[in-house]
Amino acid sequence: MASESEDAGTVKAARATTQKKRRRKKKKKESKTRVVHANISRQRRGGDGGEEGDGGDEVEEEDPNRRFAGNEIKTTKYTLLSFLPKNLFEQFHRFANVYFVFIALLNFVPVVNAFQPELALAPVVFILSVTAVKDLWEDYRRHRSDTEINHMDCLVYSRAERSYLERFWKQVRVGDFIRLRCNEILPADVLLLSSSDPDRLCHIETATLDGETNLKQRQVVRSFFHLDCEFDPSKYNGVIECEKPNNDLNRFRGYIIHGSGRKCGLYKENLLLRGCTIRNTEEAVGIVIYAGHETKAMLNNNGPRYKRSKLERQMNVDVFWCVIILLVMCLFTAIGHGLWLFQYGDKRPVFDVLSPEGADLSPGLSAVYLFLTMIIVFQVLIPISLFVSIEIVKICQVFFIHQDWELYDEETDTHLQCRALNITEDLGQMQYIFSDKTGTLTENKMVFRRCTVAGVEYSHDANARRLAMYQELDSEDEGECPSRGGTLPRRDSVGSHQSARVVLRSQSTKSHRRTGSRAEAKRASILSKHTAFSSPMEKDITPDPQLLDKVNEGSSQLNFIHFHRQPMSQLPSDLADIIDFFVALTICNTVVVSSPDQPRQKVRMRFELKSPVKTIEDFIKRFTPSRLTSGSNSSSSSSLVTNRSSTRACSSVLSSPSAESTLTKLDEEGSRLQAAFSPVPPSYEGRAWGGGGREPEGGELRYEAESPDEAALVYAARAYKCSLVGRLPDQVTVELPHLGKLGFELLHTLGFDATRKRMSVVVRHPLTDQITVYTKGADSAIMELIKPPLTDNSKGKRQRKILYKTQNYLNLYAADGLRTLCIAKKTLSKEEYACWLQGHLQAETAIQGREEQLFQSALRLETDLQLLGATGIEDRLQDGVPETIASLRKAGLQIWVLTGDKQETAVNIAYACKLLDPEEEILTLNADSQEACAVLLEESLLYIQAKFLCSSSSPHHPSMPPFHGDLSAFHLYPPPASSHASTPFLVHRLGLVIDGRTLAYALDKSLEDKFLAVARSCRSVLCCRSTPLQKSTVVKLVRNKLKVMTLAIGDGANDVSMIQVADVGVGISGQEGMQAVMASDFALPRFQYLQKLLLVHGHWCYSRLANMILYFFYKNAMFVALIFWFQFYCGFSGSSMVDQWYLVFFNLMFSAFPQLVTATLDKDVSAQTLQTLPQLYMNGQNSEEYKPYMFWMNMIDAFYQSLVCFFIPYFAYADSDVDLFTWGTPITTLALITILLHLGIETKTWTWMNVASIVFSVCLFFGVALSYNSSCPTCYAPSNPYWTIQRLLLDPRFYLLCLVTPVTALLPR
Amino acid sequence: MGKEAAKKGPLASRPDNSAFMQQRLPAWSPMLTASTVLPFLYCMAALCMFLGVLLLITVEGTQEMKMDYTEAGSCNDCFKFLQNVINAGKSCSCKVMIPLEQEFKGNVFFYYGLQNFHQNLRKYMDSRDDAQMVGRKYNLKKPSPYCEPYITDKNLPIAPCGAVANSMFNDSFSLWYHSPSGPIAVPLYRNGITWYTDENVKFRNPYSNQSLAQAFNGTTKPPYWQQPVYKLDPSNPNNNGFINEDLIVWMREAAFPNFKKLYGILKRTKEPFTNGLPAGNYSINISYNFPVQHFNGRKQVVLSTVTWFGGQNRFLPIAYLVTSGLVLLMAVILTVIWWKFGRNAKNMEE
Repeated sequence: MASESEDAGTVKAARATTQKKRRRKKKKKESKTRVVHANISRQRRGGDGGEEGDGGDEVEEEDPNRRFAGNEIKTTKYTLLSFLPKNLFEQFHRFANVYFVFIALLNFVPVVNAFQPELALAPVVFILSVTAVKDLWEDYRRHRSDTEINHMDCLVYSRAERSYLERFWKQVRVGDFIRLRCNEILPADVLLLSSSDPDRLCHIETATLDGETNLKQRQVVRSFFHLDCEFDPSKYNGVIECEKPNNDLNRFRGYIIHGSGRKCGLYKENLLLRGCTIRNTEEAVGIVIYAGHETKAMLNNNGPRYKRSKLERQMNVDVFWCVIILLVMCLFTAIGHGLWLFQYGDKRPVFDVLSPEGADLSPGLSAVYLFLTMIIVFQVLIPISLFVSIEIVKICQVFFIHQDWELYDEETDTHLQCRALNITEDLGQMQYIFSDKTGTLTENKMVFRRCTVAGVEYSHDANARRLAMYQELDSEDEGECPSRGGTLPRRDSVGSHQSARVVLRSQSTKSHRRTGSRAEAKRASILSKHTAFSSPMEKDITPDPQLLDKVNEGSSQLNFIHFHRQPMSQLPSDLADIIDFFVALTICNTVVVSSPDQPRQKVRMRFELKSPVKTIEDFIKRFTPSRLTSGSNSSSSSSLVTNRSSTRACSSVLSSPSAESTLTKLDEEGSRLQAAFSPVPPSYEGRAWGGGGREPEGGELRYEAESPDEAALVYAARAYKCSLVGRLPDQVTVELPHLGKLGFELLHTLGFDATRKRMSVVVRHPLTDQITVYTKGADSAIMELIKPPLTDNSKGKRQRKILYKTQNYLNLYAADGLRTLCIAKKTLSKEEYACWLQGHLQAETAIQGREEQLFQSALRLETDLQLLGATGIEDRLQDGVPETIASLRKAGLQIWVLTGDKQETAVNIAYACKLLDPEEEILTLNADSQEACAVLLEESLLYIQAKFLCSSSSPHHPSMPPFHGDLSAFHLYPPPASSHASTPFLVHRLGLVIDGRTLAYALDKSLEDKFLAVARSCRSVLCCRSTPLQKSTVVKLVRNKLKVMTLAIGDGANDVSMIQVADVGVGISGQEGMQAVMASDFALPRFQYLQKLLLVHGHWCYSRLANMILYFFYKNAMFVALIFWFQFYCGFSGSSMVDQWYLVFFNLMFSAFPQLVTATLDKDVSAQTLQTLPQLYMNGQNSEEYKPYMFWMNMIDAFYQSLVCFFIPYFAYADSDVDLFTWGTPITTLALITILLHLGIETKTWTWMNVASIVFSVCLFFGVALSYNSSCPTCYAPSNPYWTIQRLLLDPRFYLLCLVTPVTALLPR
Repeated sequence: MGKEAAKKGPLASRPDNSAFMQQRLPAWSPMLTASTVLPFLYCMAALCMFLGVLLLITVEGTQEMKMDYTEAGSCNDCFKFLQNVINAGKSCSCKVMIPLEQEFKGNVFFYYGLQNFHQNLRKYMDSRDDAQMVGRKYNLKKPSPYCEPYITDKNLPIAPCGAVANSMFNDSFSLWYHSPSGPIAVPLYRNGITWYTDENVKFRNPYSNQSLAQAFNGTTKPPYWQQPVYKLDPSNPNNNGFINEDLIVWMREAAFPNFKKLYGILKRTKEPFTNGLPAGNYSINISYNFPVQHFNGRKQVVLSTVTWFGGQNRFLPIAYLVTSGLVLLMAVILTVIWWKFGRNAKNMEE
């Protein structure tokens, strides 16, 4: 931006006008769209195109993209110059600051001034500058992270050099061509124009945007689809017109007008968003559409929100009360002064000072003046430092939470992040927790647990043991810190700017060996976390020995049979099923294989980054051969050539850039063809690949899947030596024991969709040469499609038995909380296939309703399946989830789980994590219509009431609120907030399960109250299949209607809305990406940390802050009251016996530190106790530390203490020759001592910090007093306390007072 | 920070496992148990009791004699005389009798007292200029605006300026002992009645190599004064100007509307005053100048001996005794509770 505007200045004046005109014209035309020209075209005339921006006037003038934001980002609020005014302006938005400045300024009015005006300014200036410094620091941090991001590298095409040059991100501009390499982060929103992928695809990981770690495919713009070889930016001549920048990640529309005038549509599939990472694509070229702040990622990135905590709201009420007290006191004094003056009548006493003009002031007028004066004198009552202190304390609290060892996750090297600084104490007051399931409660790491094949269950005990071992490992290694060397290769990933730092993450290239030490295993797990879904926990599945034997046996038999050219039917059917089962597991998916040898490899990429590729050719030379060699098992043109595959194959050949590599490729092609055609591959090849991922030199294969359970299944299959070694668009290569590599020709992939709940692949089986359909899907979906077994023969019986048994096992799995998937197959005869193919091709080529037709086509195919088996995958619960939930529940928190999962899974998980208890009753609400839902709710309410009536006689529920006895729905409106807050709702041992559709009905205005009435009386609520919107609606509903504090926790993009709505949003920063974290107030690495966060830190923060605020009020009231009492003795004239310095700095300095220390460090209950007794949390929920009456109690206490502190010295000095300050200074001292002792009593735990701060405070006071009283006899007009304290320190009376007064003052405590 | 650098690798952002960071600082949480609290309370009570008794005994050893002379004796005439506006500024003399029934032993302090005179009013207190009083030439001629409205009089700067100085108490006293052998003037130290720092630091006369009057040349006296500042004490030429001790005493504003200020200390050099004031009749000759009737004020003279903790004031010992009583009472109650309810008594404390 900046450079552009500078450039604008260089444009000649004459041209500027025309330019302006043009610009205006364009503005009119493009009010809704933006037109992007390639920067290349305008560089044509510029001599020096390399240095973008100064290509001369002509170039500048031609530049149509100049109005668009550059890629430099600036998230800082201030610049050096604007800091002061802007910051002040912002600070004055806070009412309190304005108030204090007003008071300080009031001091400059001579009639009402109370202090030395400059002195009165001191506290305000101090407060403002503290805040300003804080802001400055934050801004500086933002600036640093901006700079870091702005200076990341990317390759930008330069016309002058006819190649891609390395540029900083900030130099990227709209219209630039960018070449992206694998694992690079996109610097801007880029329209994909070319990809090295033969399918013209580009895979991106959008974790930083929407939190989903799976790879998304993006397509090259269709008109560039058939572009062979390399995309040449210099030949580009299109103009892109698209919509204005907006923040919708899932929308992008526009079209590109080619030089030839051809228009071509652009969709979101073509757009690569800033912040995403390129994966599995060696390189891609695109044109920048949106840059910098106009990218979708940045537009989505709202800064931290300012939330007002509940405590703060309560506090504000009391601040308001303080104002009232202040006004009353001032009014009282003013009236008193008026009356006092009045009693003297017209004849003024000598001590009444006249106005400067020498005229008498009427009592009324002086009362008015006095009122203002008193506001200044009493200003301390409204604690000026309260706000700053709270902020400081909160920052300290955040710091401590941040530093908590127990909230640190070694595996991901993350700790808790507090993104909202001002709601720490809300953590101690939560009442409802809304949790996402996947990734929050569970790890979102799918682990293969058990399977059943052909009706036989393989329980995988060893695997279960292994998993248990991992868990143990996790818990045992907690304290150990394997910090060996910093040699890890790191993976670049840009969080967004809010995450403040660009984390260079690492990715391991080392293969992980199980033989290593535990620490190594742990370490490997840390590392491998970064590769998609492949922690050792998922990868290394210990096979069930029985099943493994069978697999071995089956495949050896198969080998034998095949070798001897015997018909396949000779294989025992159970063994055949097993083999088929594993083949299905292996190929019925969309998993992409990559291995450390392949070019996507990180290490290589890093190497690349160090020595930039100069030309495309160079780049390709470096990469292509390796790709081709490793891909030796890849695509082939097979006998049954479909339309698609042939074009693919051709294009892939054609796209090979150099003759050399083409040759290589062709060479490979030949061998591959051979391999494909000869079912038994040459033995050397088989050996070379033998052992799949276990071979030492090749490292292991990595599977990158769109969904984690797919990967889990593939890993599982590999454990049985049935490994997927390669996947190409038209062929899947599978490695089987004894059989070696088998190439399955992939005819069709019918992808997964939510309606069908299954996916299928159609392959040609290399052994039988049959066309086989493998289907994998949800049990409910598959079971219906199973071919009903023929009745009589043994095979039919067996089939039925298998069906029956499998169903049983499925139920069993479900009860264990496993995700179940059924695997089925179907063999098609050539005729059947041809028949279906015809229909399918028709569907594919259909123009209208293509999706629908494809769907129908899939349905036609997926019938009469033969069940092979079922798998149980565990979406492993995160460590400690059940315990956490249990203790949170004991703490009186209601936990709702809102998940997008299907009901069965959700319920299973709920059981697994002890959210639902087998003993409790479950109300399940599934309704198809509004009415049905209403009826259901009504029924369940009645049911609850009935149950409640029964249980009310039981000792557990001794009392019954009247509202429940009444059956009328109107009484079910939640009682007013006040009564609710004090009497926690009675919660039954009931679980409520509701699905998304029903939820939609229930959330309707007419039913929401009923729904709430039902839901709140249930112990746990589970909402399945809920959309993100519903999640947030539920949270909003509960928050607003029940007036409770809500916490939402989630990890994915679908939880963002809920996180934003809740009082406190917590993001899980583990597996999935940053989206939830970005929206959250706190980001935890793991769910279980929530326990400590809430129960310990929440409790502490709350009780500390609550106590501090109360103490603040007390302190100020006590101090001000001292002065107030004095007014009775000074004719209500507003004078104070406390010297102005003490008065002004008392709050700010003398008494500030101990309370800060206490508020930061005090622990009313130890962490262990809090965690073992979650019930203690309830006192935060009920706001027991800070109740309205407590404020008044403190006020009364303050008044009492001030009375003592005032009158004991008063009587002690009454009728003596004491002068005002000699009398006032002891009072100040006494007040200080009393206040500090009071704090000491309030402090529950003493550390050396507390002691030090108190000692420091006292010393500070005496130090200041001594130096102030001895420094200058004339400098502090009008007061002159010269040598007062020195004399006092020699006066035994002073010490006598110091002893007796605090004792008396604190006696009631 | 060196540690920071060493900590790269995968656990770089791992928090510091120090006691402070983990909030595990060694902490002492006071447990309020009966065995700690009760002894403490008893000790406290005993200490207070002891101090109280000690103080009480000390206080009982002091004597004080107060005499309100506003309308007493012949001063009644003066009171009435000054009530007449015409007589403002004129001098009037009167005499009051003080019988001392007991001998005042030790140092005897002579105070004058004012009642209902609010020296602690905010504006009144501010109406002074310390810079002038410290003797700076510049400030002498240009008093601070705080002195409003007593800055200038007839275009001459007032020295000392301000309301405080202007309203200075200007009665003067002489104490006579009516011994059997006839009246003897009681000798009083009229200096040494101020703080040392006041006399020597806060109040200085403007420097002049000629007479004091010369130094104050170009200034005028405060409007209520009868004499200029350099003629305040005709008897002692060194006690004039800003360092006049009566002025200094007056300038130290009293805390309460009823106050007394030191006028003199008994000179115990001559018989019969070497041991203090002997019992007997005394009279005070007063030059009665200070009008108090406008504010219903009273004037008094106070003769008093002092203790190490101030004048005759029984409040402090009483406060100690009462506090001690309260603490004792509480201790006893707690003991009883503890006795009856066992260890649960600790909860009663808070």
